[in-house]
Amino acid sequence: MSQARVVASSPFKKKGELAPPRKKLKTPWLFILGCMSPWLFGIIFFTAYPMVSSFYQSFTKFNLIESPKWVGLENFHRMFFEDSDFWQALKNTVWISAISIPLRIAFAMFTAWVLTKPKRGSSFYRTIFFLPSMVPAVAATMAFTYIFNPAYGPINRMLEAIGIKEPPFWFLDPKWSKWGLILLGLWGIGDTMIIFLAGLLDVPTSLYEAASLEGATSWQSFRYITLPLMTPVIFFSTVTGVIGSFQYFTQAYVASGQVHDYSHSMYFYATHIYFSAFRAYEMGYASALAWVLLVITLLCTLVILKTQKRWVHYPNGSLFK
Amino acid sequence: MSTMSIEKREQIEAHSREARRKKKWNNFLHMVGNHSLLITLSVIFIMPLYLVIVLSLMSKGQAETRSLWPHPFIWHNYVEVFTAVPFLKWTLNTLFVSVMGTIGTVVSSVPPAYVLSRLQWKGRHTTFLVLLSTMMLPGQVTMIPVYIIFSRLHWIPSFLPLIVPSFFSSAFSIFLLRQFFTSIPDEISDAARIDGCSEFKLMMRIVVPLAKPAIAAIALFAFLGSWNDFFGPLLYIVENQDLWTLGIGLNAFQGIHHVDKNMMMTASALFMAPVIIIFFFSQKVFIEGVTLTGVKG
Repeated sequence: MSQARVVASSPFKKKGELAPPRKKLKTPWLFILGCMSPWLFGIIFFTAYPMVSSFYQSFTKFNLIESPKWVGLENFHRMFFEDSDFWQALKNTVWISAISIPLRIAFAMFTAWVLTKPKRGSSFYRTIFFLPSMVPAVAATMAFTYIFNPAYGPINRMLEAIGIKEPPFWFLDPKWSKWGLILLGLWGIGDTMIIFLAGLLDVPTSLYEAASLEGATSWQSFRYITLPLMTPVIFFSTVTGVIGSFQYFTQAYVASGQVHDYSHSMYFYATHIYFSAFRAYEMGYASALAWVLLVITLLCTLVILKTQKRWVHYPNGSLFK
Repeated sequence: MSTMSIEKREQIEAHSREARRKKKWNNFLHMVGNHSLLITLSVIFIMPLYLVIVLSLMSKGQAETRSLWPHPFIWHNYVEVFTAVPFLKWTLNTLFVSVMGTIGTVVSSVPPAYVLSRLQWKGRHTTFLVLLSTMMLPGQVTMIPVYIIFSRLHWIPSFLPLIVPSFFSSAFSIFLLRQFFTSIPDEISDAARIDGCSEFKLMMRIVVPLAKPAIAAIALFAFLGSWNDFFGPLLYIVENQDLWTLGIGLNAFQGIHHVDKNMMMTASALFMAPVIIIFFFSQKVFIEGVTLTGVKG
């Protein structure tokens, strides 16, 4: 084991990098093919073929019973010019991403930062902070819609007890329902927090020591040391956050079912795809929606990638240069 | 002269003692500040779980009164939930799907991860890049044709669409395992190869035992992924009540006759319990897994 460690940390082989070329052995192609075959079959039947197929279907009218009928760009025309639900879903999705992604990053950073402070006991707190992210989404959402219920939920009673006179109706009020979902998301911050925690623990303490010798305040050392060094993590969470928010489904679906969300305040993009495909059985239209989703996510990712030169600092040079 | 120096020394010592005491006091204040912040946050994180448990022990009438403490404790709720709804069946269904899914993921992800990390071959980089890009692909893009495949096979409603795909590798698990496999020194493999060990044996006898923590991590992520999954069951098994999983059953709870709010929380508590128990026994594996890949399964 000690030998393993020495080799692993030798300068020739960093973690994540491929091994240097060594003397040629005969490539065992049959073994490689055999090992890769589950993945190969998977990628053909569950990724490649479905992608081609859904791309084709996005230009068709298809209800699962009759065979697909070519309609050209009609699905896209309908989406942008006739389908008000599409715009509602898009608006809701953009709204919740714009608020929850920055909030999640800030909260993850804050909780992780707090965890680095104590000399003892931080693993105990870490366990508690991480725990909610393990809870099944359905159970968590049901619990939230119940405890946030203005009539019989205990949360509003607590809010009243600390002096908030008219606490919001949360999931029952279209203006507040998304905030309920955002709080639910922040409660399950654990996994993002762990990534931030790993990032924070990677910051060399010598930097902080130097800063404090120079008389830097703790805000200054956060602003000029921690924050720049955390930008790769922030960048990564922003990208995964954007991708994730367009697939946000379970919590919104369960919550709207629990409170009968007639105003569609919790109707998001992924919900719209689900309803188009599996309630209305408009497979062609739903495929078109899915491809627009892919394009939107790619564009967002591209924009974030383009801006990263200006704000993301990689200590050992950029990964995406 | 000597008295002066003694006086001075005493003065200095008194100063430094004062400074040390001040520092200690400051440290103490910091510690109190940190821990009170941490405790406040802990209370916030625990509160919803606490409320679920408390509500799950209330009577039906009390659960609708905004009270914060059960009076009396209705432990019977935890018995009743099994008779009020087919809770046991849902649990067994969920368990079956999760266990099969976990087996499938582990069995089908270890070999690709092995050849992607431990062997040199032409096309390896490209294959790995394709794998990474499939991780970024939104599931909605492939969802409909995959659904159509399963419906043509007459697999809807059944557990097959939830289990079979896991036997065709998960990109995330391959990625996690690969990260770990690359950290095992090549010298071990080289030595075994010189001794005439076959690649298959090398994988099973040497690399897999060394990678137990990583395999445990993907197994856990796969298990929890299925246990917590809602969308898959919603597509594939919702039509047949006998196949319902906990997520589907729980979501339908409200509509089911004679089921009350307090029972809803009882069922939620029971749904969460296995996850929480697993987490307490294996949190190291989890946290390392998340740190290794940057994402949860």
